Amino acid sequence: MRNPGYWIFHYGLLALFVVFALFPLFWLFKVSITPNDLLYSEGVRIWPSRMSFDHYGAVLRHSDFPLFFRNSVIVSTLTAFFSTIFAAAGGYAFSRFTFGGKLWIVGLLLVTQMFPLVMIVAPIFRLLAPLGLTNSLTGLVIVYTAFNVPFAVFLMQSFFDGIPKELEEAAMMDGASRFQALLQIIFPLTLPGIAATLGFVFTAAWSELLFALMLNSSTAASTFPVGLLAFVSKFSVDFGQMMAAGVLALIPVCVFFFFIQRYLVQGLTAGAVKG
Amino acid sequence: MTTLDLSASPAPPHALLRRIVLKAEPYLYCFPALFLIAAIMLVPLIVGLSYAFRDLVLLDPASGDYIGLTHFGEIWADANFWNALQNTAIWTIVCVALQFGLGLTLALLLNQPFRGRGLIQALVFLPWAVPSFLSGLNWAWMFNPVIGPLPYVFQALGLMQTPDNILSSPDHAIWGPIIAMVWWGIPFFAITLLAALQSIPKDIYEAAAIDGAGAVERFRSITLPFLAPTMAITVLLRTVWIANSADLIVVMTHGGPADSTQILASYIFTQAFQRLDFGYASALAAVMLVLLLAYAMALVAVRQTLLARH
Repeated sequence: MRNPGYWIFHYGLLALFVVFALFPLFWLFKVSITPNDLLYSEGVRIWPSRMSFDHYGAVLRHSDFPLFFRNSVIVSTLTAFFSTIFAAAGGYAFSRFTFGGKLWIVGLLLVTQMFPLVMIVAPIFRLLAPLGLTNSLTGLVIVYTAFNVPFAVFLMQSFFDGIPKELEEAAMMDGASRFQALLQIIFPLTLPGIAATLGFVFTAAWSELLFALMLNSSTAASTFPVGLLAFVSKFSVDFGQMMAAGVLALIPVCVFFFFIQRYLVQGLTAGAVKG
Repeated sequence: MTTLDLSASPAPPHALLRRIVLKAEPYLYCFPALFLIAAIMLVPLIVGLSYAFRDLVLLDPASGDYIGLTHFGEIWADANFWNALQNTAIWTIVCVALQFGLGLTLALLLNQPFRGRGLIQALVFLPWAVPSFLSGLNWAWMFNPVIGPLPYVFQALGLMQTPDNILSSPDHAIWGPIIAMVWWGIPFFAITLLAALQSIPKDIYEAAAIDGAGAVERFRSITLPFLAPTMAITVLLRTVWIANSADLIVVMTHGGPADSTQILASYIFTQAFQRLDFGYASALAAVMLVLLLAYAMALVAVRQTLLARH
């Protein structure tokens, strides 16, 4: 259909994008496997003359990183789970009903995206502290779920908009209640959308630093971004170990995102983003 | 249909109950999300806004009085604020423009069938999954001439005379966090725009091709109008998020050298967590909220006119 000249241009441009996207990740990995004595002397070499996995061993055996990692998995998984359920319910209401105050609710959801979150750190701390929800993973899950629900609602709404209304109307004609129709007919069709929302929220919760730092000061309730920051603020910064910890922390989220990104595209295609 | 059944129903108390349940249904679905947002975001937002009118410095027991609009007067006279506001405008506009341009290019490339598309798409979207402070640390490392390759690349390209650290140059330091931010944010634009591209019916293009419209003409008269609403909403969200995101700047430059990379979000962060002046930080945040709301309303108005035209 197109001439060969175009395809050279097409693949050439894509190659540039791939290099731009992957080079920083490659460099992160390269630093993590460079032995300490070569870190500066071979700093700008594309690959060190010797490689070692000592940094990884140190991080896994002699630091609290496994604990931080476990905390991050717990917090991100639960946040993704609850955000997606709440957002699915809210998105369904937005997609299928017209009701009083709908426009106001949309406006409120937008306002939540407008202000620097720094502004509400202190009030949230004062709200959660008496409830025993600071220095607790539960507190983080609650806060992260609230932060991620507004965008997730819009996302889920767009997935529901892509599913014809006639499907559940037919089921309701046959005597099913709306809720039954939702569970049995609509839910299976929304699975890609649910996967996309789960992935989106998981990624966001996995990366969050500010509130993890401010609400939880104890090591026992720290997530991995806080732990990573600890590598920086220690007396001497151990870059090799920090990068190794970074690579380890990237693995689950990258694997996760690698597989769900196409559902994100698919689901948004079906839905309301087109206007 | 359900409402039809109801009006035919002869038992009034029962029907009334069902009617209430039906009316309440959408609110019930929304309730968990709204309750959480109200409790964790809106109430703290209102409390936070009230701090803007108080002299509130953490760990200072003498503070806490209501001082009216004093903070806003101080902001007006604060040279750092105006500097940060200017930097915020540069930072936000450049980041959004580059992410948008490159994201759109990438989406257009990925929108055509070719060998290896699935794999390439997964690879180029990966940066989105990297925690932003980690990417900040990594980019700061790569910009450092002792341990990073980028200064030599810039020198080879003729952008620099000697391999220096861009982050320590007051004139160009802002480009460090900008590059990191663009790297991280291209996937978001590419994902949403690719989704919008794929929702354009293919037969429209075929019909236009039969009518003899060239590639540029098809892009201008079909692709752009179809993408416009998505573009507006994506640009709106990203602008607000980028304007509000302080972490790359805090991690990479701390706002320096000589405040040349200090944006409003990082200035607020500094006021709150280094000087512990939550009152002043909240007043700054309130100003920012108003500016962003005004911007959002303007953009929504533009979007409505665009939609009305088609």
